[in-house]
Amino acid sequence: MIDLSLLTDGGVGWLDASGPSSHLVLSTRIRLARNLAGRVFQGRNSETEREDILDTVERAARDSVLLRRAIKFRLDRLDRTDRQLLHERHLVSKELAGLDADGRVRSGASVLVQDRLGVMLNEEDHLRLQGLHSGFALDAAYAEVDRLDAELGQRLAFAFHSEFGYLTSCPTNVGTGLRASVLIHLPGLVLTKEISKVLQGLAQVGLTFRGLYGEGSEVVGNFFQLSNQTTLGSSEYELLDHLGKMVRQVMDYEEQARQVLLRDAPAIIEDKVWRAYGLLRYARALSFEEAMNLLSGVRLGVGVNLIPDVGMYTMNKLLVYTQPAHLAVAEGVAPNDPDLPVRRAQFVRKVLESEVGRRG
Amino acid sequence: MSCEQCHEREAVIHLTQIVNEQVTTLHLCERCAADKGVENPGALPKTPLGTFLAAMGQESSTQTPAPRSGDTCSRCGGTLQDFRETGRLGCPDCYRSFESPLRDLLRRLHGSTHHVGERYADKEVTTAPSLLRPQAAELREQLRLAVETENFELAAELRDRLRVME
Repeated sequence: MIDLSLLTDGGVGWLDASGPSSHLVLSTRIRLARNLAGRVFQGRNSETEREDILDTVERAARDSVLLRRAIKFRLDRLDRTDRQLLHERHLVSKELAGLDADGRVRSGASVLVQDRLGVMLNEEDHLRLQGLHSGFALDAAYAEVDRLDAELGQRLAFAFHSEFGYLTSCPTNVGTGLRASVLIHLPGLVLTKEISKVLQGLAQVGLTFRGLYGEGSEVVGNFFQLSNQTTLGSSEYELLDHLGKMVRQVMDYEEQARQVLLRDAPAIIEDKVWRAYGLLRYARALSFEEAMNLLSGVRLGVGVNLIPDVGMYTMNKLLVYTQPAHLAVAEGVAPNDPDLPVRRAQFVRKVLESEVGRRG
Repeated sequence: MSCEQCHEREAVIHLTQIVNEQVTTLHLCERCAADKGVENPGALPKTPLGTFLAAMGQESSTQTPAPRSGDTCSRCGGTLQDFRETGRLGCPDCYRSFESPLRDLLRRLHGSTHHVGERYADKEVTTAPSLLRPQAAELREQLRLAVETENFELAAELRDRLRVME
């Protein structure tokens, strides 16, 4: 069993709801795709080469300021529950954790984590630098990852082309290698059925959306990850500026949708959020999907001040710790244990009982 | 509906042809259609790049000149076919080996082929000589030839590249 307490904040600093606009935006993530020059990409390399990449990058990281104290997790040496746990904490991608359909973990698959920064190794690219911040914080998150990029770039030789920029295994990431994602809660737009229009609009301006767990994941609990689609032809600053402007606009639409709901259907909305709260507070069995949907309802209630005594931190904590691997580890059972829904309901009741009345 | 050719398998491709001003529709199964040189447009590679890659494959065989180093990357041995199937390139040098079809793909994916973001400080040291751009004079010569031979697509590309260098 891995010990996440080794990480200063357990690797979940991003859920403390301390960041800007945290009533709507859970977290901001920046990742930069980098590859080492003179080596074949991951798809064609051998186990020995992947071990060598791991050694080379780890040496550079230990020599840096920002990852000097990083904790290393070797995904290829962890059992499935632990890998899923790291994925649920948004520290590793589904692919790196070997949670894709084929369920295989690549040898050498690892992650280095220190505070809000990390590097995935032997993912689709040799390195995936990442930074995860609480709330809507594109500039702060990028500034930190950019410093890490500079530090590692001095100690390693990255594959760079004078015209195409940073070279990546997949041409969809070439150039800046930058993907910025904002995890945002949009229940108002879903309830007013405006969401598809908004998402279509985003696609037209070069942005894309994904579910709670990034690429290939489904939308649960009305959480959407909005991110840039293209990585080449615009500078990092332009990509972030564009995404930031569009996210601010989506936040305005969401606030407007909430106002419309409160103005035109106050009784329905009030009933909906309190019903969700009641179920969470008293249900005896909750599936993950049901818990996510109810948490979405309560989160909306907290956001529009209909439910006064619950803090956003409590909401975020429930969101993370009711996920299958988190709950299973806390309860000492397997993530597919048939008893998990009952344990989930118990856990939610306990948290709400002890924390309601106290602002998280 | 069964295939009009083999009368055995289910017809999945409906091919409308105009021959001598007569419109005829052929209903074919996938195999007979393939024999006639018709590919099922639904059977694209199942990668996010599927459509792009399929389109790219067609163009590389008809319009775009073949990559200078042939169909195989001299560094990693990867082929354009590998890329079409997996959506992943084999190594940094593939960007040079398959430069022409990739340039077209990048334009369609990103609306541009030119990185304008941060530049890697040590790039001159770490970039293999093969990845360094050719001299402007060489490009101008290629441009002149492209215009002479009316290869306007290549000419436009060369002009874009020259513009960036100047």
